[in-house]
Amino acid sequence: MTEKPKGPDPNMNNPAEAGTKPRSGGLDRQIQAKIGQQLRAMYDEVVDQGVPDRFAELLKKLDGAQSTPKSEEDSRK
Amino acid sequence: MTTDPATLKIIMAIVPKLRAFAISLSGNVDRADDLVQETLMRAIANIDSFEPGTNMQAWLFTILRNRFRSEYRKRKREVEDADGHYTDSLVSQPEQTSKLEYKELRAALEKLPSDQREALILVGASGFSYEEAAAICGCAVGTIKSRVNRARNRLAVELDVKSIDDFGPDRNTRAVLAANDRR
Repeated sequence: MTEKPKGPDPNMNNPAEAGTKPRSGGLDRQIQAKIGQQLRAMYDEVVDQGVPDRFAELLKKLDGAQSTPKSEEDSRK
Repeated sequence: MTTDPATLKIIMAIVPKLRAFAISLSGNVDRADDLVQETLMRAIANIDSFEPGTNMQAWLFTILRNRFRSEYRKRKREVEDADGHYTDSLVSQPEQTSKLEYKELRAALEKLPSDQREALILVGASGFSYEEAAAICGCAVGTIKSRVNRARNRLAVELDVKSIDDFGPDRNTRAVLAANDRR
């Protein structure tokens, strides 16, 4: 297992593997590329919201009296 | 018990990704944030079982995923429909998803069986390798690959029908595509 996850799977746009029905090539790839893109955009939109205060406070509380840095907006790798 | 400040910092940095994963799984911000909270509580309580040097993000995702699945299994018994799919119980409450963008995509995700949904999100959005996703879901790599493929194909059909202009130039080709995927 690698320490850091790699970027999104480059094969996302190549669904012609592992037990699925192959479908018309070019259009299918186009659709899959678009879906992959949307999926990541949807996901990243949430990631970009950073750490809500609720969780920054929770982590502090959970860790008892220990002080932790203020919530880190810049949390993306 | 105290947790190493460096470890806390690492956990904090992963929180936004945990939220994105939880929201993608549940389609519901409030429920997702509850899941994240439970995950953090568990993680801190069990921090001793985390092996330093291994992938903290994968560890946290595993905890969250297992929380979601055990909750899901409970709900599934109540709402599973004849097709064996967990359908409208979450998306049928529009006010809960109104804060979210990408409504069509989220609605299509909700229609996927949850094992396909989680596989697709882990590999296609979170950026985990197939191997890491398999470890998180506790299944074989081949299983993850086939779930991801089935999820992609179903999403294609789902979104194809709904946003014709976005997804492909040719009505006839789309019709063939859609027909291919109906069993």
